[in-house]
Amino acid sequence: MVNTPHTVLRLVGIHKRFGAVLALDGVDLNVNAGEVHALVGENGAGKSTLIHIVAGTLPPDRGEIFLAQSGARGDRSSPVSREASHTEGEEGDASALRRVQFRNGHEALCAGISAVFQELSLVGTLSVAENIFANRQPVNRWNFIRRGDLRRQTQALLDGFDIGIEPDTAVERLSVAERQVVEILKALSSRPRVVLFDEPTSSLTQRETRTLFSLIHRLRGEGTAIIYVSHHLPEVLELADRVTVLRDGRRVATLPRSDVSERDLIRLMVGRELSDIYGQPHWFPEKQAAETPRLRVAGLGRRGVFSGVAFDLRPGEIVGLAGLVGAGRTEIGRALFGLAPATEGEIWLDGRRIWPRSAGEAMNAGIAYVTEDRKALGLYLRHSVRDNLAAPWVSRAHACAVRGFSTGAGFLRDRQLDDYAEASRKRFRIVAPDVRQTVGRLSGGNQQKVLLAAWIGIEPRVLIADEPTRGVDVGARGEIYGYLRELAQSGTAILLISSDLQEILGMSDRVLVMRAGRIVKQLDRAEATEEGIIAAALGAGAEPNLRVTETQSPSTQT
Amino acid sequence: MGTTDSVLVRAWAAVKRVPEIRILLVVIAFALAMWAYDPRFLSPATINTILLYLFGFAIMACGMTMLLVSGGFDLSVGSVAALSAMTAAMLMKHPAILLAWPLAFLAGLAVGAAMGLINGWIVARVGINPFITTLGMMLLARGLTHVVSGGMSRSDFGPQFCWLGQGRVAGVQMPIIISLTLVVVADVLLRKSRFFRQNYYIGGNEQAAWLSGIAVNRIKMFNYCLSGLLAALAGLLFAARLDSAAPNQGEGDELKVITAVIVGGASLSGGKGTVFGAFLGCVLLAMILPAIRTLHIEVHWEKAVVGSILLLAVLLDRIGRKEK
Ligand SMILES: Nc1ncnc2c1ncn2[C@@H]1O[C@H](COP(=O)(O)OP(=O)(O)OP(=O)(O)O)[C@@H](O)[C@H]1O
Ligand SMILES: [Mg+2]
Repeated sequence: MVNTPHTVLRLVGIHKRFGAVLALDGVDLNVNAGEVHALVGENGAGKSTLIHIVAGTLPPDRGEIFLAQSGARGDRSSPVSREASHTEGEEGDASALRRVQFRNGHEALCAGISAVFQELSLVGTLSVAENIFANRQPVNRWNFIRRGDLRRQTQALLDGFDIGIEPDTAVERLSVAERQVVEILKALSSRPRVVLFDEPTSSLTQRETRTLFSLIHRLRGEGTAIIYVSHHLPEVLELADRVTVLRDGRRVATLPRSDVSERDLIRLMVGRELSDIYGQPHWFPEKQAAETPRLRVAGLGRRGVFSGVAFDLRPGEIVGLAGLVGAGRTEIGRALFGLAPATEGEIWLDGRRIWPRSAGEAMNAGIAYVTEDRKALGLYLRHSVRDNLAAPWVSRAHACAVRGFSTGAGFLRDRQLDDYAEASRKRFRIVAPDVRQTVGRLSGGNQQKVLLAAWIGIEPRVLIADEPTRGVDVGARGEIYGYLRELAQSGTAILLISSDLQEILGMSDRVLVMRAGRIVKQLDRAEATEEGIIAAALGAGAEPNLRVTETQSPSTQT
Repeated sequence: MGTTDSVLVRAWAAVKRVPEIRILLVVIAFALAMWAYDPRFLSPATINTILLYLFGFAIMACGMTMLLVSGGFDLSVGSVAALSAMTAAMLMKHPAILLAWPLAFLAGLAVGAAMGLINGWIVARVGINPFITTLGMMLLARGLTHVVSGGMSRSDFGPQFCWLGQGRVAGVQMPIIISLTLVVVADVLLRKSRFFRQNYYIGGNEQAAWLSGIAVNRIKMFNYCLSGLLAALAGLLFAARLDSAAPNQGEGDELKVITAVIVGGASLSGGKGTVFGAFLGCVLLAMILPAIRTLHIEVHWEKAVVGSILLLAVLLDRIGRKEK
């Protein structure tokens, strides 16, 4: 619709410092109407910080933000826009930009900027509708909420996304992917002129991702300006019109998509060439017959969630567990780790029968579980890196004493814990000033590294890794794959749950595919293909139309 | 057959969705059981006694519910009520002041609101935990009451002031009218109004509320201020009813109010609760003493019964949540 691009949002010289960390160092950015502007960079490059500054939830130390006067793009809805509508027709004219300073998210929202934050901003106890319209519920003249309208408008949004969520459902009952969809709809519900997406797809499966992309295409067509942060470079190259690369808080380049390849982006982000990030397997099928399985699962089931689950993990083997969101993958991980014990079946570890009824029992048996929901379940966000790394030790009196982290009487040895934490920080290259840093202050990728470090640190015999590279940049992802390979080499069996098929194919010695609570297919490394996995996950004979099977999956969370 | 079934099922589902259903059923069952034992339990006179007993709690519960819903709470309401009443009493009775009663009344309210605002400021802006903050305020306000009054009660406030506590409109005593009106208004506001609804967001997930653009700190301050104001109102009406302001008035009320609000379905961890539920909690607690009298049990049992009800309420709540 707009031939000559006109700037909707302009950032000039944005600086932001957190204590010793200079998160943003004079970043300039121009975003046009009807443009998808991707923002890429390593973990800690400053992407989320920039998003928060634009969204008004974080004040910049220095620098200016300019926003096109609301009327400048034949505008809709926002009350601000009507006041300023006399500027219409000034399209393309930079003078229509006005300096803005937001004191909070609400002011940015009123100015037409809304954001999908990396950390979810939903209230679990409230309904989908109330979350989507948080603080902007339709009201009558008494300022009372109009329930009917609220419900209808939410339903319309949900229908637009083609997702079967009820407006009245409490958000805490939704799966992570569904919550992410709610988060996205929440941002879009205000019909903003600028939408900021901070890794919106990191917890979505292909199906929702496709829907989101078509939604973004539609927004772009309507002239919305979009900033899109993602670590998933193929996605970035598919969506973006221009790509800006951040490194260590600085802008290294802004390039039109047609001029860049994935390799270029990686080089710009990391500052060096990166080759095959998945590494090479060292485990070979010939060995399989020779050894007793490290973990054997037979007939495992929990009513309404999964049933008849049977598989073996051999020492040193990495087995991928693929499937749609809701297929029951996470539930199997939680059952093995004793968080939500199964109700039937058998679990054998190194030939010994076990039945973990709590995480502590599972850990004592030698099972570790890296959760997919690191914010809510995995990390103590308000505690230090050290305390997080120490947590799986502190919880087990015996192991803690044996490892020398406590005295026989149970008093913690701080020195040893400090040394352990420091060693882990170095080994896993966690970017933090020191191990006393609060984990909540680290960038997403580094939080993920802390989580992995904590669990790999206990040297488990079986590691269940649920989406271990969610929200992690390419460089760090390669590192994490390296840690997993190393761990496997030392004899640990790894169950890798992932929605990223590239990751599954790149890492797994074997792939299990789940659908509707059952393992429907087992594929060897040689025979596994993306198509094969998708077909199995959707069900034989199903249309490639992804909608069909969704209803088959149990209504419980993944 | 099938249709009646589904109608019943749907009706039951709708009933179950009413957040106060549990407490409502308990209150009704309790009242009916007592009535079966002795029909006089539901006579207008007893009902009047119960409502008159609970009016102060009901008023304070309105503010307390908002606080609990937003994840806070206020231990200072009993002391603030006493301080406000005593301030008004001193302003009216001190020979050097002799302020007219409406002004004294307003001054009393202002004291309560100010104390609440201080609580809110410390909790929201400075970031001190509400337990410590309001515990401090509870002691401070109680101490000030003793200082202001010199440790003595005041009384004899004149008929107009006392009318607020003793007068009747259409045969119903003023405190009952005022408290019931407040409960209805507060309930509707917390249920329906956009502004008050924000409390559920803050109590549910403060960080998320802030990211959604909710002015978290301002609303928290408002809640504490409101709680102080309502406590003051309760204290003033109480003084008007007894025609007396005592320095130890309302000692321990804060815990009774919090108990009632939690019995009524709110949670100390925030995010849930309604004013109507809290009111029913007050009713349940207020029925205990008359029930004990009716059953000719020793009065000393009251506290034990209140404690058991609180524990039972939270246990039931937990079991109900597991069911889901
Ligand atoms: N509240 C905070 N306090 C202290 N340091 C912070 C805070 N928020 C961010 N940082 C630091 O600022 C830097 C930039 O963080 P930011 O979250 O913007 O990175 P990012 O590019 O979004 O990374 P990721 O891809 O991992 O999400 C990091 O070094 C981070 O540790
Ligand atoms: Mg980020």
